Amino acid sequence: MTPALSAADAAPKTYAWEIRATGLSVRAGRKKIAVDGLDLSLGTGAHGLLGPNGAGKTTLIRALATVLRPAAGELDLFGSSVGALADLRAVRRRIGYLPQEFGYYKRFTVREFVEYMAWLKEVPKADVPAAVQRAVERVGLADQADQRMKTLSGGMLRRAGIAQAIVNDPAVLLLDEPTAGLDPAQRLRFRELLQELGREACVVVSTHLVEDVAAACSDVVLFADGKLVFQGTPQDLAAAGSPEHPGDSPLERGYSALLHNSEQQKGAW
Amino acid sequence: MSAEHASMRLIDDYARGDTQLPADTLWALESHLETCASCRSRLADSVTNEAPGLAALVDTVRAGLEPQLDAAVQMPSRLRRPRWVSAWLTPAMTPWLLMTVAVTLIALLLDAAGLSGNFGGASPLLLIAPVLPLCAVAASWSRGLDPAYELMASTARAGLPLLLRRTTSVLAVVLPVLLLEGWLTGAMTAAQWLLPSLAFTSTALALGSVVGVTRAAIGLAAAWGVFVVAPAWAGGPSPLALRLDQLPLWGLLLALGTGVVIARRKAYSAL
Repeated sequence: MTPALSAADAAPKTYAWEIRATGLSVRAGRKKIAVDGLDLSLGTGAHGLLGPNGAGKTTLIRALATVLRPAAGELDLFGSSVGALADLRAVRRRIGYLPQEFGYYKRFTVREFVEYMAWLKEVPKADVPAAVQRAVERVGLADQADQRMKTLSGGMLRRAGIAQAIVNDPAVLLLDEPTAGLDPAQRLRFRELLQELGREACVVVSTHLVEDVAAACSDVVLFADGKLVFQGTPQDLAAAGSPEHPGDSPLERGYSALLHNSEQQKGAW
Repeated sequence: MSAEHASMRLIDDYARGDTQLPADTLWALESHLETCASCRSRLADSVTNEAPGLAALVDTVRAGLEPQLDAAVQMPSRLRRPRWVSAWLTPAMTPWLLMTVAVTLIALLLDAAGLSGNFGGASPLLLIAPVLPLCAVAASWSRGLDPAYELMASTARAGLPLLLRRTTSVLAVVLPVLLLEGWLTGAMTAAQWLLPSLAFTSTALALGSVVGVTRAAIGLAAAWGVFVVAPAWAGGPSPLALRLDQLPLWGLLLALGTGVVIARRKAYSAL
């Protein structure tokens, strides 16, 4: 059975980009500006968000998920400005978000957890059981759906997290380090899922694994110290590097070349 | 569904499966069979009469599978949490609710032990009743205590309606317990504490839109402890705040708190 289309999904698209940030600044904590004057436009497709530790990837994703309010600049989701919107409900209904470390209720089963998230995301009541089953099957957890969350391994937990993120068929899907804790076979499966999701939705995957981006993303966003360093295809990223740059693959060499050029790398680590 | 049914000849052809039915007829027939019980029973008869080979095959498969089906153990069914429960209460709130109820029981014991003399004549139960719902309300909307807050904060339902739902469920548990205990001990009348506790809850929600519900609740409970409970403990007179003639003031506070919550209803979209 195909999932029922919501009115928002069936309506004609009146915006050019799912995500559009102009001069966006976001604070992490009270003082630190983690995202600093970012200009970024993202449309349908799988976008890999790359950057060194502490570049502000998580803060950016949290701002895109409407958990953090922008400190300055404009953030438009689906063509409407998040800062100006008094009611975020309509926007939030169409967002899927997997935080880097997500808390959950240990006593819930996987199905109860995903059902609860579907309820929070205002999935119509009649569609919930089917949507939950579909999400759980897509991440390969159908056999474990009735196990409690506390009995799951780290990789299964990640997959349960991905299931809750996609349960409302989001138009913007934000995944923060989704491949952490997945074994190689699961990562391959996850990349397939990512490509599949990227065909219909705007998927933003934050990662520090360059090979994940190469395999699954149509677009790379390189991010350092809260600023955009590079945006383009994985091929463009590979082309930016030359053999004298450190790295084991063309993409890694391109990554270190661009980060080196922007002089963002400080110290040996 | 429809008044039209498939002809017996069509069903016989379908059961035998040897005549080539046009694809559109086949689809129409199958979709009709899915919804029409009487045609399905005619199909069952037709299979036994027209295609005995097929019926025998199905029986053999069934006979072969039966021992395995019997051997398969039914998954022990766990008591499922009804969905409405998680809509009103989160597992993170449950221990706080239980603790709140336990505190009322302790106060009840103190009362029974005749310690009320230490509180300027006021029952310990009466002294804590106004601020008691606050601890559970604080736990229901807190970053630190709710493990799923990051997930929840990005969802469509996060906001005042969800906060009110959780507050309501806290009050629905705590208030009846207090009512019952007040009635059992006879130490306090509902009028004495019900309005103050509602006023405190609404004020906590109102202040919560600015400083966070948890901080607001802790601040209010601490203020109550310092200005009302501590003087009574120190042997002062029966607390002024709990006299019946103060009720209009509590009513005013409740109205004020509710008004602020309504005015600032947009400010609750994050925890």
